[in-house]
Amino acid sequence: MAEAKLLSGNDACVQGALAAGVRFFAGYPITPSTEIANAFARELPRRGGIFMQMEDEIASMGAIIGASCTGTKAVTATSGPGFSLMQENIGYAAIAEIPCVIINVMRYGPSTGLPTSPSQGDFMQSRWGSHGDRPVIVIAPYTAREAYRETGRAVNLSETYRVPVIVLMDEILGHLRERVEFRDEDLVQEISRKGPEPGRPFLPYENTEDGVPPFADFGTGYRYHITGLIHDETGFPTNNPVEVDTTMRRVNGKLELHRQDIERTQFVDADDAEILIVAFGSVARSAHEAVRTLRNEGKAVGMVRPITVWPFPEDDIRTAAAGKKAIIVPEMNLGQMIGEVERAVAGTVPVHALNRIDGLLITPHEIRDLVEDLL
Amino acid sequence: MNIVENFDLYAPKLTDKKEYFSPGHRACQGCGEALAIRLMCKALGKDTIIVNATGCMEVVSTMYPTTAWELPWIHVAFPNSASVGAGVEAALKVLRRKGKIDDRDVKTVCIGGDGGTFDIGLQALSGTMERGHDLLYVCFDNEAYMNTGIQRSGATPFGASTTTNPAGSASIGKNQWKKNVAEIMVAHNVPYVATACPSYPVDFMNKVKKAREFKGPSFIHCMSVCPTGWRIPSAECIKMGRLAVESGVFPLYEVENGRYRFTYRPEPLRPVEQYIKKQGRFRHLTPETIESVQKRVILEYKKLVDRVDGLHSWDELELAD
Repeated sequence: MAEAKLLSGNDACVQGALAAGVRFFAGYPITPSTEIANAFARELPRRGGIFMQMEDEIASMGAIIGASCTGTKAVTATSGPGFSLMQENIGYAAIAEIPCVIINVMRYGPSTGLPTSPSQGDFMQSRWGSHGDRPVIVIAPYTAREAYRETGRAVNLSETYRVPVIVLMDEILGHLRERVEFRDEDLVQEISRKGPEPGRPFLPYENTEDGVPPFADFGTGYRYHITGLIHDETGFPTNNPVEVDTTMRRVNGKLELHRQDIERTQFVDADDAEILIVAFGSVARSAHEAVRTLRNEGKAVGMVRPITVWPFPEDDIRTAAAGKKAIIVPEMNLGQMIGEVERAVAGTVPVHALNRIDGLLITPHEIRDLVEDLL
Repeated sequence: MNIVENFDLYAPKLTDKKEYFSPGHRACQGCGEALAIRLMCKALGKDTIIVNATGCMEVVSTMYPTTAWELPWIHVAFPNSASVGAGVEAALKVLRRKGKIDDRDVKTVCIGGDGGTFDIGLQALSGTMERGHDLLYVCFDNEAYMNTGIQRSGATPFGASTTTNPAGSASIGKNQWKKNVAEIMVAHNVPYVATACPSYPVDFMNKVKKAREFKGPSFIHCMSVCPTGWRIPSAECIKMGRLAVESGVFPLYEVENGRYRFTYRPEPLRPVEQYIKKQGRFRHLTPETIESVQKRVILEYKKLVDRVDGLHSWDELELAD
C-alpha cells in the first residue's frame, strides 16, 4: 500500500471516513472545518453518497442521526460554536445508541473566539458537553496520516459500540499539508453494526453480555421505539428506578467493557525517562520534537500520547508515570487534560502545567525549557 | 442611455456627509454589502444601536485594532442577532419607562447576512417578529456563505455553483430555488417589509427611513452583490444589482400594513440571460436551464403583480367591535 500523497489533515479525515464506508455527510460551513464539507460535497456524489448542507449545526446532527438509523454510515464536521450547538443531539445519539461520527476541528473559544487559530479548549466539552451522563469515544490524531487512519477507526468504533465518536482535530492539524506515506497498518477496514439475529426475538435495547444491543436498521422490517427518554430493553420510556438504573449503567458502562479495543496510546522513550510529557493532538508534535532533541543531548525525557483521549487512558498514564521525577502536561487551554493526569497518578509524581491560550502552538522550545528546569 | 449603463445616475455624494460606517474597513473591492451598510447607517442616523450577527461584515469592519462603526455596535453569535436585538429593545423600553434614560427614539437595528437570516437565524428572527419588538432587521443577502468561502445557503439561487454545490458533470450546482424570506416576514403580519438594493441608493435609504419610523418590527431584504462569490469583476457591482432588478430576478417592493406596492417597476423586464451570463457562478448553465430560470422569474414576478394589484392594507378592513 506504500503510496505517498500530499494531504491536509482535513482532507485526510474525509479520505479515512470514505475508506470506512461513510456515504452520508450533513454539515454547515464553519472555519476551520469547512474544507471537510467542501471535500465531502465533491466526493460523495461520485460514490452514490449524499452530501447535505444544513441550516445550522443542530440540523447537521439531526440529519446524521436520521441517516444512521437507516444503516448508512454518517459523519458531520464542525468547530467551536457549531460543536456547542450539537451537544444536545450528541447526548441524544448516546442514549438512543445511534452510531455517528463528529469531526471537531478545534478553534479557541468561548463563543466566536479565535476562528482561525488552534486550540485544545474542547477536551472537556467533548466528554461532558451534553447534560446528564453520556458515553462517548474521543480520538485525537496528531498527523495527517493518523487523521486518515483514526477517522476510519472512529467510524468503525461508532458502529461496533453504537456510540457517538468525536474526532478531535485542531486548526493546525486541519490546515497543515504534509507528505503522507500510507503503509499496510493504515488500511482502514469497513466494520458495520451488528443486526438482529434472525429467528430470535428482537429487543432493541437488550442487556447483552457485551453491553451493545443489535441495531435494526430502518426499512429492514422491524418496528420498534427509539427515544431520547430513558427507556427499558424494549425501547419504551420508563420511570421505573430499577429499569432506569439498569439502562443507564449499561449505556455508560459499555465502553469500560471494551477499553482494550478502544484505547490507543503512543509511548515515546517513556520507559527510562526521568521527565515524562503527556500531550495530545498538534501539541504532541512539539512534544515529540522536544523529546527527540533532548534525547540527542542525552537527556532522559519521554512522551506518552493518548490517541484515544476519552475514555482517558488512566492505566497507561499511571504505569508510564511510575518512578518518574516529574510529568509535564502541555495543552492549548487553561488546563483540562492535566486534571485527568493528576487523577491517574494520584499525587505520586509532581505534575506541571504548560498552557498557551493566545492562539499559538506551544513550541518545542517552550517544552524543552521547562524540561531543563525540572531535570 | 438607460439606468443599467448610466453610472452617473449613481450619486451617493448626494447623501449626508456624516459617515457612521467609516472607510478603511477590509471588505473586498466592489463589495455591495459594505456599500449597503454605509447607506443604511446614513439613513438611520446616530440614535441607532446595531446588533450584528457573525458574517463577512462583522469580520471586515472590526479588524483589530480598528472599527468602522461609529454607532454602538455588538457582535453576537451566528444564530441570534434577532434575539439579542429583542433583548436590547425590550430593556431600553423599560429604562425609558422608568426615566433612567432620555426619552429619545433610539432604534435597535439587527443585521445579518443570508446565512444568518435565511438559515441559522430564521428561528430567532421569526420569534422576534412574532413578539412584535420595535426594531428593524436588515438582511444583507449576497446569496451564499461568503465569509467561509462560498458555500450554498437558503438564499443561493437555482443553478449557482458553490463549494458545497459544485457544478460539474453530475450536478448543475444548486438544485433548489431561493427561499423567499420577504414573504415569510410578510406572513408574520409585521407592519413593514421591503426589498432593496444599494444599486438604487435613494430607494434603499427611503425604505430604511420609513422602517425606522414604524413602531413595531420591520424587515428589509437587501440584495447585496458579492463580486468575489459571484465571480464578476469588482467594477460590475452596481450594474449587477441593477440587472437583478431590471430582469425581475429581484423586484423592489414594499409591504406596508399588508399592502403591496412596487417602489420601482422595471417593465418590460430584461431577459434574465443578461443577468446570468455575466456571472461566473452561472457559467455552466445551458440555454435550456436559463430558459427554465426565465420562466420561473416571470411566474414569481406575476405572483407579485397580483399581490400588488389585489391586496389591500389591513387598515382598510372594517373590523366589528
